[in-house]
Amino acid sequence: MSLVLALCTALLFSLGTWLLLQRRLTRIIIGLGLIGHGANLLLLLSGGRRGVAPFIGQIGERTPADPMPQALALTAIVIAFGVTAFLLALAYRSWQLTGDDLVEDDLEDRRIAATRSTASDEEVADQRELSAAEAALESSTGGAAPLEEAE
Amino acid sequence: MLIALVMAPLALGLALLAGGRALGRRSFAVAAVAPFAVLVAAAASAGRVLDERPLTASLGWVPALDLSIDLRLDGFSLLFVLLVAGIGTLVQLYAGRYFGAEREGLHRLAGLLLVFTAAMLGLVSAASLLTLFVAWELTSITSYLLIGWTDGDPKARASALQALLTTGLGGLAMLGGFVLIGQAAGTYDLAALAAHPPTGTVVEVGLLLVLVGAFTKSAQFPFSAWLPGAMVAPTPVSAFLHSATMVKAGVYLIARLAPIFAEQGAWRPVVLAVGSLTMLTGGWRALRQYDLKRILAYGTVSQLGFLVVLFGAGFPEATAAGVVVLLAHALFKAGLFLVVGVVDHQAHTRDIRRLGRYGPGWAGPMAAAVICGASMAGLPPLIGFLGKESAYDAFLHGDIAGGGVVLAVLVGGSVLTFAYTARLLAGAFRPGVWTEGIAEDAEAAIDPPPAPRWSFWAPAGLLATLTVLLGLVPGLASKLVDVAAHDLDPSGEHVHLALWHGLNPALALSALTVGLGVLLVVGGAVLARLQQRLPDTAWGEQAFLGAMRGLNRLADRSTGLFQSGSLPVYIGVILLTAVVVPGWALLQAPMPDLPPLVSGPGDWAAAALLVGGGIAAVVVKHRMAAVLCLGAVGYGMALVFALQGAPDLALTQVCVDTIGAVVFVLVLRHLPTWFADVPSRVSQASRLAVSAAVGVFVFAFILVAVGVRVDPTISTEFIARAYEEGGGRNVVNVVLVDIRGFDTMGEITVLAVAAMGVYALARLSRRDRRASTPGASR
Repeated sequence: MSLVLALCTALLFSLGTWLLLQRRLTRIIIGLGLIGHGANLLLLLSGGRRGVAPFIGQIGERTPADPMPQALALTAIVIAFGVTAFLLALAYRSWQLTGDDLVEDDLEDRRIAATRSTASDEEVADQRELSAAEAALESSTGGAAPLEEAE
Repeated sequence: MLIALVMAPLALGLALLAGGRALGRRSFAVAAVAPFAVLVAAAASAGRVLDERPLTASLGWVPALDLSIDLRLDGFSLLFVLLVAGIGTLVQLYAGRYFGAEREGLHRLAGLLLVFTAAMLGLVSAASLLTLFVAWELTSITSYLLIGWTDGDPKARASALQALLTTGLGGLAMLGGFVLIGQAAGTYDLAALAAHPPTGTVVEVGLLLVLVGAFTKSAQFPFSAWLPGAMVAPTPVSAFLHSATMVKAGVYLIARLAPIFAEQGAWRPVVLAVGSLTMLTGGWRALRQYDLKRILAYGTVSQLGFLVVLFGAGFPEATAAGVVVLLAHALFKAGLFLVVGVVDHQAHTRDIRRLGRYGPGWAGPMAAAVICGASMAGLPPLIGFLGKESAYDAFLHGDIAGGGVVLAVLVGGSVLTFAYTARLLAGAFRPGVWTEGIAEDAEAAIDPPPAPRWSFWAPAGLLATLTVLLGLVPGLASKLVDVAAHDLDPSGEHVHLALWHGLNPALALSALTVGLGVLLVVGGAVLARLQQRLPDTAWGEQAFLGAMRGLNRLADRSTGLFQSGSLPVYIGVILLTAVVVPGWALLQAPMPDLPPLVSGPGDWAAAALLVGGGIAAVVVKHRMAAVLCLGAVGYGMALVFALQGAPDLALTQVCVDTIGAVVFVLVLRHLPTWFADVPSRVSQASRLAVSAAVGVFVFAFILVAVGVRVDPTISTEFIARAYEEGGGRNVVNVVLVDIRGFDTMGEITVLAVAAMGVYALARLSRRDRRASTPGASR
């Protein structure tokens, strides 16, 4: 554990976040890679001590490094690789469909966000129809269709 | 046996729903068997129950949570069971005549009616609050399905939803109330609650919540709007659910709880005020309706207010009067609905301005309607008269605060009842009484409708007969009413029903009611003008519509806000949350000591690779170069691993980075060489802010996390045991394959899934290519 490496970890997270917030899938993947590296470093550093490789029989009187964070980091490296491969496949697919790897906004979500009034709500429309029918029944102008049609 | 009583209609109902399509209209005849069997069984056990030996049954439900379905059949429950099963049988038989044979979905209607019957039976025989709640919600849901049975009609859908939302929200409040009361008392059992009533502020709040539930279910002011709307349901459904049985569930609950809790908190003033208001506004609004069913609907609202006043007052005489009115109301209101259904069916209208001319063969249904109506208006010698008399009598002698005002309200409400009964009967059976708004041509009044078959109006006739019989020979129901009232409130004296109690103040009030009622009918024109001038009190409907609109708008707005459709926004929000929430906890931690600047000479070299590669990966605009920079960071990581005593990680990192670079190249060769700038909704400044916040948070986190370690690391044990138990010298490997083997198993699974995903995506592209070249697939 050293201040320099701690600062490196923080920087890797920062840079990764910056890339993650971009719209190019390639940059997002690189950003994820940086964050993954940062996370592994974090695991290792929080293990605390620096030492010799934890090989039994070769440690002797020296302090061994903590094997626990190492095992976790090893798992993380491999999974990060799997995720990267999958995202790259997605980027490839995106290129095939659009010729680019741009992450577009969801059009439906944008439409809802832009809606300023409850335009086409079916419950409210139904309710209006009912209210109109009831009002017609109670008014003395009459002639309204009954609420329920009998056989 | 009690369990079977509830389960038999449920089973038959579900069977009809599942496989009754072929039966068509005959479903009703099949369905009638279940409530009839219940009626017979209940009548058979009546002797025992009336002997004050209630039946009980219990069925394990979730033993682990100590939940069970507890049923208990005492006198009051028996009264309800008889009403539900009896009217349920009649309504099923009636529905068989009401609907045309060609109508679709009749088996669904019959099945739903049976499921509702079962829920209602469960509700009125529930021994614990939780069982009652489950049955209560089931009645709400079946009511929703039954009102919305004609699902192609927007009016039916709207009023079904209104009923469900109103009663559903009330049910939710009620559940909260049940939990408060149950936790305060330590039991949910009704009998135990009655024996040792809990007290305190919590219980008082709980009672108010329960009352909200009861008020919504029984369409009390200001929740009454849904009930007239529910009249879009077919008439058999209206007759069964929305007049005779389900809407009385709220009354039932109030009747059960009032003797226990009436003295507590705001119970009595709230119940009396709400019931009174409902009785008056319901009657008033019934007087401006032109649709027969809606006159009855508002009349039902008014009568429910009456019942709430009687049962909610919580003293024995009023409770006993409530039992009589309840019985009377179920008989006459169901009867009236059934006759209105017959008229509607034959004449194809329910408008009182068009009805009134009938040919021969209508004497039977007319007589039934007049008898039921007279009972509703409180005329002797009918059961309705007995109910009204005992109600007046109870409040004449009852010793509660505001009793005089309540009595005045009861008289006023009964006058209104008399008047709307007259409007109903005269409107249905006499021509030309109301002509407002109908064009001045001969077509306004319809031709005399064809006479109904006797079997069509027979159920109404039977109910009318009972109305007369119980009025003339009150002794028939005396025992049942007495035991029911006594089971509700054991402190009361025994009740003896009689038609003639001598000349007493109650009789005088009855005479006054009839007199004022006649005046109101005669002065109908004045009343109509007054009604026209006064604004309609339909603000319950308006409030509901407004609430619906507001809710939808809120949903739209919040969806627009949180679901903006932009990936960077989502990630930004997630990251900020992940930083702010634990960051707050970090601020509470003690200030850690700073570690040494470097722990060895290699740190500088590794840091140079990490920082240089990282910054370059962000800055360069050349796609391939950016990927290579990422690779440089990876090699920097490998160096750190090697320095920190993790050779396995260093090796893995180098391998992964090398293979990763190859995969990148495979994809990137297709994509444009340079990153083009993309305009985005997230500004560069806010990206920078989020990135900086994440970096600062991680830095603080490392310092604090390293500093707060208190226990020795678990891996000392790993090192000690790795060789003996794991059989390996490399401790990290032993951890992976042995000590934390399941972790590795999960890791392999993730890799396998990712590999399948990659393979599928790659195959997809091959298929596209084949499809885009015509003839290639052949």
